Amino acid sequence: MGSASAALRRRRVALAWILLAVALVVVWEGAKWLFGDPWRIHGSLLGLPIDIEHIPPFHSRIASDLSLPHVWLVFTAFVDPAQRQGSPLGLILAGQALFTLREALTGFALGGSLGLLLGIGLVHSRLAERAFVPYVVASQTVPILAISPLIVVATKAGWLSVAIISAYLTFFPVTIAALRGLRAADARAFELMRSYGASAWAVLWKVRLPSSVPYLFASLRVAAAAAVIGAIIGELPAGIPDGLGASLLNYNQYYTSGPERLWATIVMCSIVGLGFVGLVRLSEWLLTRNRYRPVEALAA
Amino acid sequence: MSTLRRRSAAWLPPLVVFVAVIVLWEVSFLALEVKSFLIPRPTVIFTALGAEWPTLARGIVYTGTEAIVGLAFGVALGTIAGLATARWATARQTLVPLGTAMSTIPIIAFAPITINWFGFESQLPRITIVALMTFFPVMVNTVRGLTNVDPAAIELMASYAAPDGTVLRKVRIPNALPYWFTALRIAVTLSVIGAVVGEFFGGPLYSLGIYVTNQTGSFKYPNAWAAIIMACLLGIGLYLLAALAERIVMPWQRRADSAAGE
Amino acid sequence: MTAGAGAAAAAGGGAALVVSIAGVTKRFGEGDVAVSALEGIDLGISSGEFVSLIGPSGCGKSTLLRLIGDLTSPTNGKVLVNGKPARRARLDRDYGMVFQAPVLMDWRTVARNIELPLEVMGHSRAARTARSADLLKLVELEGFATRHPWQLSGGMQQRVAIARALAFDPALLLMDEPFGALDEMTRERMNLELMNIWTRTKTTVVFVTHSIPEAVFLSTRVVVMSARPGRITRIVDVDLPQPRTADTREDERYFELVTTVREALRGNEDRSASAAARVRAEGLA
Repeated sequence: MGSASAALRRRRVALAWILLAVALVVVWEGAKWLFGDPWRIHGSLLGLPIDIEHIPPFHSRIASDLSLPHVWLVFTAFVDPAQRQGSPLGLILAGQALFTLREALTGFALGGSLGLLLGIGLVHSRLAERAFVPYVVASQTVPILAISPLIVVATKAGWLSVAIISAYLTFFPVTIAALRGLRAADARAFELMRSYGASAWAVLWKVRLPSSVPYLFASLRVAAAAAVIGAIIGELPAGIPDGLGASLLNYNQYYTSGPERLWATIVMCSIVGLGFVGLVRLSEWLLTRNRYRPVEALAA
Repeated sequence: MSTLRRRSAAWLPPLVVFVAVIVLWEVSFLALEVKSFLIPRPTVIFTALGAEWPTLARGIVYTGTEAIVGLAFGVALGTIAGLATARWATARQTLVPLGTAMSTIPIIAFAPITINWFGFESQLPRITIVALMTFFPVMVNTVRGLTNVDPAAIELMASYAAPDGTVLRKVRIPNALPYWFTALRIAVTLSVIGAVVGEFFGGPLYSLGIYVTNQTGSFKYPNAWAAIIMACLLGIGLYLLAALAERIVMPWQRRADSAAGE
Repeated sequence: MTAGAGAAAAAGGGAALVVSIAGVTKRFGEGDVAVSALEGIDLGISSGEFVSLIGPSGCGKSTLLRLIGDLTSPTNGKVLVNGKPARRARLDRDYGMVFQAPVLMDWRTVARNIELPLEVMGHSRAARTARSADLLKLVELEGFATRHPWQLSGGMQQRVAIARALAFDPALLLMDEPFGALDEMTRERMNLELMNIWTRTKTTVVFVTHSIPEAVFLSTRVVVMSARPGRITRIVDVDLPQPRTADTREDERYFELVTTVREALRGNEDRSASAAARVRAEGLA
């Protein structure tokens, strides 16, 4: 019964995605039809002469060909060569995406472990928790990305420094979730362990960590999205020639000569973000299904 | 007396950490004669802050406006969308996963496009980015808060034959407030990040994002740090405002609950 | 008319029927997976009665209560409250409901929790405040008006829930294991208080419980039910003198009645056990 309704829900979500995509295209091209640049097709098809001209009734800068290229141009941009006689843009962007993904993955691993270790440390000392948790929270109100130029210059480490920025954005949700998850077990479970005379280490392994797994995974989903964002943004001031952030800057610079290339880069950024989070969800499903009651994601 | 002691117990440890870090930083750099350009001593940063204050003040107002206006739009639209979505089960079940997925898209990538739309002079590019970034968490959490209601409370209202509007006002909305404020805290931190990073792609010289990049590029690290600290204070200030609003609106909330609200 | 006659026959006296249930069945699910929660229920409850529904888990006693409150609908049969269909009665706000959990709103003070139904029904602020003050006195929680629910003990919270159910003076009070989560001592005290309230307000009460002593102590009639499918197997009239006091629990008649109800419940068990044995035997044959 439950699985049937879950399947139905999945189908609905898939349908919603398709509808969303269609709506997006309709709004996009509709805006161009009403507010865009005039166009004219002059030629012949099967010997019949064709002459269609469209002059939009209104005009807005946002819908001009420069600001909002036609949807199909964004997709053909993936196949078209990025430069004269170069390889297709799609292939180049895929390479850049892999580069960014490596940074995000490293940052995710670093930040995730740091977050978990910090959570484990803080959960064992009330005083430390009181002293440091406000800073863990405050650390996220710091626009880390303002520091990113400094970090990049300081570490002189290229992609690794970007990974550090990514890690900074990643550790926070994991720490908060770990603090919650490591305490989530039933109070009686702790009493039970105490009655066995179990060491703090044993309590950690047998009770705290297992009970925190659903919480951790929920936070890892949030962290994965943050890792990708951190990696892309970290690349902006890094001055390294690779990565999606660098591509964004690059195609932004040459925007007037090919706006669809910037749009294609944005599409690739979204794919990486969705893909990475999807990967985390998949591993969560593989590792925890039928073992844990699902926990509501802690934060969006 | 005891409440005073309990309050001081809450802010004393972090304060001690703060003072200790500042003093240790200053003293150790002085004593070890660290000639670091990259991380100047606190006093050096404060001197730079004083010297650059006119520019920095303009930057705070400029970037702060972007963050706050964008935040207002994102939160308002997210709340409205959440209220609309929560009403229909089908919409809820399809749009919430969609919203969650959308919030994993690096919206900051749109920053250059928005600059091409609205121009370099305008604040609209950052406002748009901030509004987009804050929209999804607010929407998703609003829906969650409106729907994660004790079924018995709904039955109770049914036993009073209360109309849907009354259930919304008396049960669902109060129930959603903690979720909404959690989203607000997330949104507040995102708003400053969005505004500063959006400026990396273009903006006036005094805007915080451009200022930090420029000063770093010309190796004026104390200036860069001063601007960074201003950006931090902006973020922390907005966060504290959100926390204060939460306290005022939900006086019934237990301290323990609000601490676990993240 | 015929349905009403059946229910009247099942009712104790000739007084006006507050609740009349005739030929009610309730099934959950459809087709092969359908589960029969209630089968052929007839029951009439007169004004001023205190009727307990008791039975093992899964006997459908809570479902029966929800049918009376129109929080769920019967598959077959008729439920009348104050002579009207249950739905009409709910829309007319003819009954108050108390759940096992107090279901208090965290964001409201104790007084404003009690006033909640009055707000929904559009009473004036002055009337609400006066009423909640009276009710706080009735449930002996004066001085707690401005507290929040989480500052109260479990027993106190449940008293607030009872006060809330009584706020609009309903003719009928539906209680779904209201004291199930309380410890034995608190529960006995709450039973006494409920008796006080009932004696003063003369409200008709339908009370779901797991506890035999509680059912006997409180009720004028105890409805014993069996599980799978849920049926009424016996109705025990409790002829203990009113008002019930702490001494009632030491009355010899009280112990006899407790035994009677216990045996009625065990009778169900024996029957289902022998039925199971028969099924097994037939399976072997």
